[in-house]
Amino acid sequence: MADTLANLWVGFSVALAPSVLLYAFVGCLIGTVVGVLPGVGPLAGISLLLPATFGLDATRAIVMLAGIYYGAMYGGSTTSILMRIPGEAASVMTCIDGYAMARRGRAGPALTIAAVGSYVAGTASVVALMVLAPPLASFALRFGPPEYFALLVLGLLVLAYMSSGSMLKAVAMALLGLLAGMVGIDQMSGYFRFAYGVVELGDGIGVVPAAVGLFGLSEVLLTAGQAAPPEVIKPRLRELLPSRREWRESAAPIGRGTVLGFLIGIIPGSAHIISSFVSYAVERRLSRRPEEFGRGAVAGVAGPESANNAATSGAFVPMLALGVPSGPIPAVMLAAMMVHGVSPGPLLIRQQPELFWGFIASMYVGNLVLLVLNLPLVGLFVNLLRVPYPLLYPAIVMFSVLGVYSVNGSVVDVWIMLVTGVVGYLLRKFGFETAPIVLGLVLAPMIEMALRQSLAMSDGRYSIFLVRPIAATLLGVALVLTLLSLRSLMTRALDWRARLALAEKGEPL
Amino acid sequence: MLTTDRLAGGALGLLALAVMFESRRLPLGTLTKPGPAYLPVVLAALLLLSGLALVVLGGRAPRPAALGWEEGRHTAAIVAAVAVVALLLERLGYRLTMAAMLLVLVGMVERRGWVVTALFAAALALGSFFLFDTVLRVPLPRGPLGF
Repeated sequence: MADTLANLWVGFSVALAPSVLLYAFVGCLIGTVVGVLPGVGPLAGISLLLPATFGLDATRAIVMLAGIYYGAMYGGSTTSILMRIPGEAASVMTCIDGYAMARRGRAGPALTIAAVGSYVAGTASVVALMVLAPPLASFALRFGPPEYFALLVLGLLVLAYMSSGSMLKAVAMALLGLLAGMVGIDQMSGYFRFAYGVVELGDGIGVVPAAVGLFGLSEVLLTAGQAAPPEVIKPRLRELLPSRREWRESAAPIGRGTVLGFLIGIIPGSAHIISSFVSYAVERRLSRRPEEFGRGAVAGVAGPESANNAATSGAFVPMLALGVPSGPIPAVMLAAMMVHGVSPGPLLIRQQPELFWGFIASMYVGNLVLLVLNLPLVGLFVNLLRVPYPLLYPAIVMFSVLGVYSVNGSVVDVWIMLVTGVVGYLLRKFGFETAPIVLGLVLAPMIEMALRQSLAMSDGRYSIFLVRPIAATLLGVALVLTLLSLRSLMTRALDWRARLALAEKGEPL
Repeated sequence: MLTTDRLAGGALGLLALAVMFESRRLPLGTLTKPGPAYLPVVLAALLLLSGLALVVLGGRAPRPAALGWEEGRHTAAIVAAVAVVALLLERLGYRLTMAAMLLVLVGMVERRGWVVTALFAAALALGSFFLFDTVLRVPLPRGPLGF
């Protein structure tokens, strides 16, 4: 514990240096804008601004990118409450009761509760991240290739199991991503695979262009032709403070949302969406007045908003401690860290303590910045929504091309973005999730390397995965998950994943 | 009946077959000593199975025509615009290409007034170039006239 505090001291001395603080602030500000604007989620925001960090050192760059990430989580709740438009997918559940509160004239308190809940959850879960990541990293130092292989396979299966809708579809998408990850030079033999003479494909299909295509461009392609967004409910600023009853009713949901969100955040998958969904369901079940849910229950705002912010920190645990991203956003963050010459993994905390602890400390600071930034300035951010979408989306397209091009200075990446954008558009239209594709793309080279190294270790015997206890346990859990998902196929009952899919489409539960 | 799931499953299956066919040029290796084509072929086989399962089980999904494709005109225009941008970016330079794309999208696809369109396109193309290339030193392509 004394170690942790000493490390944290180092971290704060990094995070509170004026230049780092400035970038945390800029990241939070941009993140909030990104979260407020429909059509640009945190993922696209991080990818687009990656080039803007090239001139910075690793710590500042990562602090700024993380600021964008949790800033977007905050910003997304604003549009959900005031317009019933989720600025990013994790705010879907906030739309229900947040917007209902706004229509009853309680928009201000809803915004405040969401901001305070996010702040509490954000801060508490950073503490958890700080306590959990270092021991997990020391444990992971014992991992060899077989353990990593088992962990990655389990991660992909959990992602598929946790995604909304059918597991079969999610597995198909993960396989599509893994196959896309096979493009490029084979690391073990040096063969060029599926590159067809395009030299730029030697390093494989880039994560950034693929993510911008699948999440940014495909969103524009889906929404550009749709009708204009509904009107904004403008809160009056002196009505920001919640009543005593509203505070009392949201305290417990914030606490539960924080714990749930953090735990779900660690698990691979679209953690934010799932954590807010689970939190909403839990609060409705525990409430003494469940009939109020859907008509402006304050717990329906407090719980999910806390949960999705806590999930943000949870998602960093496997990324920082194991070097394994648990979802598409950590995957892009991982790519960003690699651009800056940092390779996350069990050794990161030991080798670059000032980066790790500076990052942790900047998350404390960032959460405070967001609380200060968001409440007084909410009127300003809402004005962003007055930019008509016919002007907004051409600008998003321009920034997508700019961001993707400048990562490698290569037009090939722009083509990759275009192709993945069209594929993402069609898949989303057809009810497929695109998150597993990005994760598959990132994990493919790791999985292949781990598999082939393991077999080289064991002289080609597959039993190596079964005789090593950690690997065997992980694969055992993977098998159980697969069997569990087959059960719902047999009974054809609507399980929780099908209900989540309905909720995301905005249909009544 | 052709549903979205069946269409997607069929397409994924075809892709899987194409990957297997294209892998023939690479050494497959053996089960105990996998070569560069080993994992692609295994993954393609699994994708083929998933695709077939989607075709078999996907009878209850909606028909493609039932999805409403009213955004299609915009979608096609944006895809075409980005493709042209990719072709011209390094030939014409960033500023001219982006200004042209914005003129087309805002002026022709969205039919905004020409004054607004021209101001918007010029401000955004020049402004983003200044911010990223000049201030943040992210090199962006310049055209033959240095613009």
